[in-house]
Amino acid sequence: MAVCVAVIAKENYPLYIRSTPTENELKFHYMVHTSLDVVDEKISAMGKALVDQRELYLGLLYPTEDYKVYGYVTNSKVKFVMVVDSSNTALRDNEIRSMFRKLHNSYTDVMCNPFYNPGDRIQSRFVCLGRAFDNMVTSMMIPVC
Amino acid sequence: MEAAAAAAAGGGCGSGPPPLLLSEGEQQCYSELFARCAGAAGGGPGPGPPEAARVAPGTVTAAAGPVADLFRASQLPAETLHQITELCGAKRVGYFGPTQFYIALKLIAAAQSGLPVRIESIKCELPLPRFMMSKNDGEIRFGNPAELHGTKVQIPYLTTEKNSFKRMDDEDKQQETQSPTMSPLASPPSSPPHYQRVPLSHGYSKLRSSAEQMHPAPYEARQPLVQPEGSSSGGPGTKPLRHQTSLIRSFSVERELQDNSSYLDEPWRITEEQREYYVNQFRSLQPDPSSFISGSVAKNFFTKSKLSIPELSYIWELSDADCDGALTLSEFCAAFHLIVARKNGYPLPEGLPPTLQPEYLQAAFPKPKWDCQLFDSYSESLPANQQPRDLNRMETSVKDTADLPVSTQDVTGDDKQALKSTVNEALPKDVSEDPATPKDSNSLKARPRSRSYSSTSIEEAMKRGEDPPTPPPRPQKTHSRASSLDLNKVFQPSVPATKSGLLPPPPALPPRPCPSQSEQVSEAELLPQLSRAPSQAAESSPSKKDVLYSQPPSKPIRRKFRPENQATENQEPSTVASGPASAATVKPHPTVQKQSSKQKKAIQTAIRKNKEANAVLARLNSELQQQLKEVHQERIALENQLEQLRPVTVL
Repeated sequence: MAVCVAVIAKENYPLYIRSTPTENELKFHYMVHTSLDVVDEKISAMGKALVDQRELYLGLLYPTEDYKVYGYVTNSKVKFVMVVDSSNTALRDNEIRSMFRKLHNSYTDVMCNPFYNPGDRIQSRFVCLGRAFDNMVTSMMIPVC
Repeated sequence: MEAAAAAAAGGGCGSGPPPLLLSEGEQQCYSELFARCAGAAGGGPGPGPPEAARVAPGTVTAAAGPVADLFRASQLPAETLHQITELCGAKRVGYFGPTQFYIALKLIAAAQSGLPVRIESIKCELPLPRFMMSKNDGEIRFGNPAELHGTKVQIPYLTTEKNSFKRMDDEDKQQETQSPTMSPLASPPSSPPHYQRVPLSHGYSKLRSSAEQMHPAPYEARQPLVQPEGSSSGGPGTKPLRHQTSLIRSFSVERELQDNSSYLDEPWRITEEQREYYVNQFRSLQPDPSSFISGSVAKNFFTKSKLSIPELSYIWELSDADCDGALTLSEFCAAFHLIVARKNGYPLPEGLPPTLQPEYLQAAFPKPKWDCQLFDSYSESLPANQQPRDLNRMETSVKDTADLPVSTQDVTGDDKQALKSTVNEALPKDVSEDPATPKDSNSLKARPRSRSYSSTSIEEAMKRGEDPPTPPPRPQKTHSRASSLDLNKVFQPSVPATKSGLLPPPPALPPRPCPSQSEQVSEAELLPQLSRAPSQAAESSPSKKDVLYSQPPSKPIRRKFRPENQATENQEPSTVASGPASAATVKPHPTVQKQSSKQKKAIQTAIRKNKEANAVLARLNSELQQQLKEVHQERIALENQLEQLRPVTVL
């Protein structure tokens, strides 16, 4: 279960960040921000080859003492970053992959909405865009508080 | 627990009824029913069993009224009911305790299954008692537990029931009926008529915690007297929609026809007129009714409704069920209906109501078959969506409810799809029983008659938006600078004039004529004055300056003259020279005279040309001289003024 989920646009600004509110959210935002460098590094390392060959799932970006950060890039250079609690050892790579896949699917659903302009924030207010996306993310987060 | 209670009751009462053996399903069912009948007073399941036996003030007893209604709902003859009440011991005891209640229920089940109303009959395994609604709101069937587990249909039923409860909550909040228990009266029966095979008991048992308030409703709904009032008050009063008349009409029709979902989903049910309007709008956007409307087209169309973009995006999220970025006819109708509802002030629902889901819409309003070939275009759509649609078409044509659950379950594995299939299952019954709708839908009316929809304002706005205003007529290109045109016109005839050099200057020109023209003219004038030039210069110049000025121009004239003079002089002496030469030569040779004559002729022609040129130049010169004089005079005048002004300023 993720502790923080973030969607970052191609130009490296955040479209959506959500973290479990138990802790200082700023820490997670900072972690996501620093992970972007690692993402870019991985993309450039693989990017020499054809873009199609590049796998979307980037794997573990970097581990910290308490958390692990995983990354995923779409073909349109939209990045998904997920922060996972390190103590949750039961979480396997496949599960992370499936979580990213679900993220990607619901992101494409958001994209299909013609009222969504690419580059807008994926807002999740009551009568707003991204309710399904938000619900899906909620299901992935640790059910704390 | 119940057995122990029964045993204790039996032991306590002595000659009480024999101990009951209830199966688990029966226990749940009976406890639910008892809880409902017991009303608000601690309606939990199974109060302390031993306490029930005792006639203690703290005992939970079922109120006689609801119990009587419940028994009546079992549709047993009154005599049988009397027997049952006697047997179960309520009459003896004076109240309906849980044991009595359970025994009574068991006896009812026995009576319904045809067994005689005896104590002995309840000992064997019996199906759960069935309670019919006396009014035609629908049936509540309590199927066997064994039946329940077998069907997949049950699970989606729960979810829909949850939805129905949720909607009801919204309804409750919206409605301010005086009898709150009456308001949802039709709602729980709304679910049963659609899901007839689904047991209500299991649904209730599982949703007990969340929907306790629902329980009294079905039984109270069975009171036929209250319900018409409730429906009539609940319907028109709470619905500000203009199409109340159609709603009320649908009410009456559906009430008779065992359909109350309209009552519950009132804001979300699309009436026939609305449907036609939506279809027409769809066709205006996309001529092929079975194809999709693309996202951008729909976006432009819905933006005209002047709702905010977040709301529109939310509506899209709700209505685009398959999330493909395009709207089919049903999705479009759902979206349009949501927009209309929103414009009328209804809050948007959390999820898409079942009456707005595409399969429901397709089943409820079978598309008139414009072209059978259109169905082939479905090959483009997702197969998952295609199959339910095909099934819907099949079912509306066949109208066979029995095959549906099996077929749909085979096709669709998801619970959600099964939910829709259950909706479809019930719908053909609607369609078959509602004679008005198929006829209306099949007969394509030319245009729905103008209704006092608030949506017509949208329609008009959209129509206005669709016709771009004719642009105002462009101002004709006219020259901003008319003078330039005139000048052009003027200049054109003046060009040959300038070429000729003899015409007067054009009137549009500034007072000072062009120097070229004036020079030519003045030169022409000056030429005849050449002879008088020096004398004139001397006489006409009032001041030395003029003399000075005149002298230099005279010089070039002189210079011009000089070559001319020289030319003439050269010509003259040449002629003279040629003359005497010719004369000299004439004497010796006559050929020489001919040559000289030729030469003379050539010389003479040259002389003439030169004289003409001289004349022109002289005229020009004279004109220039005149202008010069005028300029000089002006300058003198200005200098005089300046001198007059100077001493004033200096001082």
